Amino acid sequence: MAVVALEKDYADKVEIRDRVENFHGNIVVYLHWEEHLSFCSAVAFPFPPSMPFGALLAEILPTYYGAHPDFAAIDWAAVRWTVDGNDVTPDPEKSLADHGVGHKSLIRFWTPGLHGYRGSFS
Amino acid sequence: MNAVAKLGLKQRYSLLTRGLDWEPSYQSKSAIYPYAEFEGIKIHDWSKWEDPFRLTMDAYWKFQAEKERKLYAVLDSFAQNNGQMGLTDARYVNAVKLFLTGVSPLEYQAHRGFAHVGRHIPGVGPRVAAQMQSLDELRHVQTQIHTLSHYNKFFDGLHEFPHMHDRVWYLSVPKSFFDDARTAGPFEYFIAIGFAFEYVLTNLLFVPFMSGAAYNGDLATVTFGFSAQSDESRHMTLGIEVIKFLLEQDPDNLPIVQKWVDKWFWRGHRVLGLVAMMMDYMLPKKIMSWREAWEIYFTEAGGSLFQDLSRYGLRVPKYADVATAEADHISHQNWAVFYQYTHAAGFHTWLPSAEEMDWLSEKYPTTFDKYYRPRFEMWGEMAKEGKRFYNNALPQLCTTCQIPMAYTEPGDPTTISFRHSHYKGDTYHFCSDGCKDIFDNEPEKYSQSWLPVHQIFQGNCGGASVEEVLKWYRLNLGADNLDQAGSPDQAQWDAWMEARRRVAG
Repeated sequence: MAVVALEKDYADKVEIRDRVENFHGNIVVYLHWEEHLSFCSAVAFPFPPSMPFGALLAEILPTYYGAHPDFAAIDWAAVRWTVDGNDVTPDPEKSLADHGVGHKSLIRFWTPGLHGYRGSFS
Repeated sequence: MNAVAKLGLKQRYSLLTRGLDWEPSYQSKSAIYPYAEFEGIKIHDWSKWEDPFRLTMDAYWKFQAEKERKLYAVLDSFAQNNGQMGLTDARYVNAVKLFLTGVSPLEYQAHRGFAHVGRHIPGVGPRVAAQMQSLDELRHVQTQIHTLSHYNKFFDGLHEFPHMHDRVWYLSVPKSFFDDARTAGPFEYFIAIGFAFEYVLTNLLFVPFMSGAAYNGDLATVTFGFSAQSDESRHMTLGIEVIKFLLEQDPDNLPIVQKWVDKWFWRGHRVLGLVAMMMDYMLPKKIMSWREAWEIYFTEAGGSLFQDLSRYGLRVPKYADVATAEADHISHQNWAVFYQYTHAAGFHTWLPSAEEMDWLSEKYPTTFDKYYRPRFEMWGEMAKEGKRFYNNALPQLCTTCQIPMAYTEPGDPTTISFRHSHYKGDTYHFCSDGCKDIFDNEPEKYSQSWLPVHQIFQGNCGGASVEEVLKWYRLNLGADNLDQAGSPDQAQWDAWMEARRRVAG
């Protein structure tokens, strides 16, 4: 549908504000731990696309999710991962890009057996 | 010559509001009113416009001056008598902070919006009405600033409200709402603000804040609320007249108007989530729950309104059912956002007390104990162990409403509602079908959204660390932000109360 605008060429003049070029070599990546809503929403990071997935596992997750009592109990081998809705099996050596993570991709993970504080999804 | 000694009211009204226009001779009408046609709205006869309030400009000045006199007399007395000491509790002031930083600047935006509409609508009747509303809104922002400046003498977080409104992450929610309306055409603005906000949703903003103020000893806020009330009822009448006029003028207007009603209902509903949280969590003495307010002011009042408008073919806004179902959740979900990001907010937060949680259980029997009480109890235990819960990463935001993506799937409060669209090779994320639809209708507009989190990553907000960003917001760290307990506000309040007890002996 054509845009309703006073200016005829409006659509051609639009400057997309969150183009990947504006992030100084990084891409925006969203991360979400399912069934643990004490973290109110997915969280956002500017990461280089070449960052190994292992850095996410070893540094990012413990730093930002470690405060939750369930975190220490995660069985990492059993975790289910999706990137933009597609199932992935992480390879710590490979980059985010190798896992199909692009600009503004959403990574969700489910930790079997852990359903938040007293099973409340919190 | 026969001079008329005194004109009748009707005659006087007609002379002061009609026949003020002229037919242009050396410019075309479309050059004078360049915004009048591009939205596709068809108007055949502007003289069919019925002025809802037969108010002339001279009478307007007289009424407003009288209201000002009364308001400022009360404000003087409030200040002289240290009215802030009569509040139920220091926590209440946080609702005032949210109002001044989030709502008062919208009054100014509304002033600008109606001034623009008053210039660009070709009909003289609605031009006069929009001009008056523009002046009302300017009066409202002024009286609110004057009233609340009293609190700025004693409490933190009120000192930089216009600066904060333009920058702080959660204030981008109300700001972008009005930016969206003001950058639309004049007819959409009229429907967005005049109808959807002022008519359908305004009671959900003003009644809670004003009753909340009355219940919590804030006589100053109550008084500016009263002073604005007769203006508000005029604005509501204008809102309903606009929609009826557009729908009566041409059947082709219906689908355009319906789309605007759907959009602005949903956008308004999202902004009002801040009020929901204020009612259920921030008022020391509660008036009613958000869910009860929603039932009275939207389900019942809105229901009969849309029943009435159905004769024009207009239906209830899309996703009204989703919004109604969300009334059981949004206040809890929003307060949880602010609790975990309290280090980055310009007001204080706290966990609800045991009594407050019992009140919430009673008001939200199907949701609070199951989903939200455990969350607060967990955080309470962590705080007791000295591990107060913070979220140290930045939240993913919805591209349309700009709120952290904290809302859950309709019918499933255990799963975040994720929606997305693709536009020109990029992905955009949304909290709901309502926000996704709005984007999909105008991706050109919302692909330009100034999303605070992304702006921080792009380096446009003072620096990369949280501290640098908060300084760029002009937050006084350690005073404006963090928990109510341990804040300078609370310490001062406790000292006042202690002094009062000593005097009382």
